[in-house]
Amino acid sequence: MTQGATSEPASARQAGPAPAEPPGRARALGPGARAALGGPAGIHSLSLLGVLAVLAVIGAVTAPDQFLSTSNLQLILVQASVIGVVTVGMTFVIIGGGIDLSVGAIVALASVWCTTVATQEYGMAGMVFCALAVGLGCGLVNGLLIAYGPIVPFVATLAMLASARGFALQITDGRTQIVTVDSVLTLGDHDSYVLGVPPLVLFFAAVTAAGWVLLNRTTFGRRTVAIGGNPEAARLAGIPVRRQRLMLYALSGLCCGIAAFMLVVLSGSGQNTNGNLYELNAIAAAIIGGTVLSGGRGTIVGSVLGVLVFTTITNLFALNNLQTEVQQIAQGAIIVAAVLLQRRTHLAAP
Amino acid sequence: MSPTPAAPRPTRRNLLFGTAAASAGALLTGCTSNSSSSGDDEREGQSQAAVADDSPGRPVTIGFAGPQADHGWLNAINENAHRRAEEYEDVTLKTTEGSNDTAQQIGQIETLINSEVDVLVVLPADGRALTQVALTAMEAGIPVVNLDRIFDTAQAYRCWVGGDNYGMGLNAGHFIGERLKDVENAKVVELAGLDNLELTRQRTQGFDDALANYPNIEKVARQAAEFTVESGQEVMSGLLQAVPSFHALWNHDDDQGVGAERAIEQAGRDEFFMVGGAGSRHVMEAIQADDSVVKATVLYPPTMAASAIDLARALGQSKGISGLAELEIPTSITLYSAVVTRDNVEQYLPTGFN
Repeated sequence: MTQGATSEPASARQAGPAPAEPPGRARALGPGARAALGGPAGIHSLSLLGVLAVLAVIGAVTAPDQFLSTSNLQLILVQASVIGVVTVGMTFVIIGGGIDLSVGAIVALASVWCTTVATQEYGMAGMVFCALAVGLGCGLVNGLLIAYGPIVPFVATLAMLASARGFALQITDGRTQIVTVDSVLTLGDHDSYVLGVPPLVLFFAAVTAAGWVLLNRTTFGRRTVAIGGNPEAARLAGIPVRRQRLMLYALSGLCCGIAAFMLVVLSGSGQNTNGNLYELNAIAAAIIGGTVLSGGRGTIVGSVLGVLVFTTITNLFALNNLQTEVQQIAQGAIIVAAVLLQRRTHLAAP
Repeated sequence: MSPTPAAPRPTRRNLLFGTAAASAGALLTGCTSNSSSSGDDEREGQSQAAVADDSPGRPVTIGFAGPQADHGWLNAINENAHRRAEEYEDVTLKTTEGSNDTAQQIGQIETLINSEVDVLVVLPADGRALTQVALTAMEAGIPVVNLDRIFDTAQAYRCWVGGDNYGMGLNAGHFIGERLKDVENAKVVELAGLDNLELTRQRTQGFDDALANYPNIEKVARQAAEFTVESGQEVMSGLLQAVPSFHALWNHDDDQGVGAERAIEQAGRDEFFMVGGAGSRHVMEAIQADDSVVKATVLYPPTMAASAIDLARALGQSKGISGLAELEIPTSITLYSAVVTRDNVEQYLPTGFN
């Protein structure tokens, strides 16, 4: 038993009868909050669309020939797809009141595990299975430690970060493992684009759509919001909080496994340095997308837009040949600006 | 939302999942192995003949401390050192677990000093931070061979051996310049390594200085990746997008080059030629095959670790090195960053690292 239910029986009993549906704020905000683009969350998303539009104008002015070309738009989407899939999983974890610092390390471990010589002998199916299984496995370990340990998410996933990176390094010995399976490599080439859409972007879209449905249209999603908003009330409402937590981290791990395979397709190799700082990028994208770090609120659409904003910025810098230091300074400034802007719109909204 | 009753009964579904999970685990465990079934360790026993006199002399114990081998080149450094030490009957090599943590590496070197090794070979994770402990070793009468990343003061080492980052850029620039000297308005693109390392700046400086000799060539874009495949792919695809057409590309690092090559393939571009950096086996094989944009690579040879073992052994036996008139070992040896092309790749292939 993780929550101190016995210590405060009075307040707990009061919370008891309330939430048969999503408890707390989500309900109070009215029916609009449950739609993807309604309520304050929708305003977040709209303001991010505005930011994207501004970036697009900057791009069209500073690099008129290149920015709006089809190949560049494809490129932005491809570059967003790997971290985007990770961010979808991260969004669920954060909405559920947790944090997952191990995503980058899990991506690294899954990507090197599925590109070992032994795994590559099983072809693409073997590699996909391996990446997903490793991701899911790591996520389950995280979830078990956090839900049943119980260890606080920050510590448990930090431990996973260290171990998974170490394990990845042990497998590779620091070597770059080149992929020799042709079917995997061609998945990243121009020839396999479907109506101009790269397969990796299709994967990303599929994960986003699945994430949206899962969050907005299923019991799983409502329970996620409930345990993030008020775990005690959720428990008293009969939601199996621990099992829900376990599943959230497993979901995040699975997303990392998918992302790892996508990264292998993209880079044609597995390396233990893969997924470097993904945890920070995914958390940053989720936050500027309107997900609240304390849990209970957030949208998939917002997170995906957050990822697209970051990727577009990186692309703009590359097109204008700006150097690394300028990029880093600007990225920090943009995070702060986005969050401040959101707070304004959020205060104005209700 | 209805509360789900928690029923810990072994239902058929649970059993099914359990079995599936167990067999998945078993399958995965079989997949950690990285050794190919065909066994491709032909590199062993292919290292060049020892340059210094290899007749057995006084026994020498060499302590070796390097950073964590989380990168192909660093891994090759460790392998080169170990293989070289094994070739000598009179050398005992004591190695520490590689570490990127300054405090830990200092502790490891102190342990080596306490165990009274005869000579130390140190590739510091951070040269400046490890200067003090190297000074301690020198004061204790243990000569230090400083490998590649240099200590702050010359008092901290007896001999420094390392690569030439400026020269790497210079040679890459000259190679590209010579190939493009008859092309009017030639455009060159640079894919640099980690920008917060001084070595990256030195490489870029050398490259720019060399290109300055060719007025027809302009460097139109430079972006920095992070020595990783992932960053190489990402940054290169941005560069390809930014520069619709150019003549030559210099990539600082062959590890990130794997990602860069991937980006080039994905973009379907081949109007330019690419020069690598460091000298990985993968790139050398591509140069030999001559079926991609990769036409050359500029070495930053990991064989320097083997040379460091040679120097340490000679120091321990109070000998000089053959081929020079000097009685003593020089204090500083800067390696030459040779350009590997299709014409000479066979000679360098055994030194390529994975």
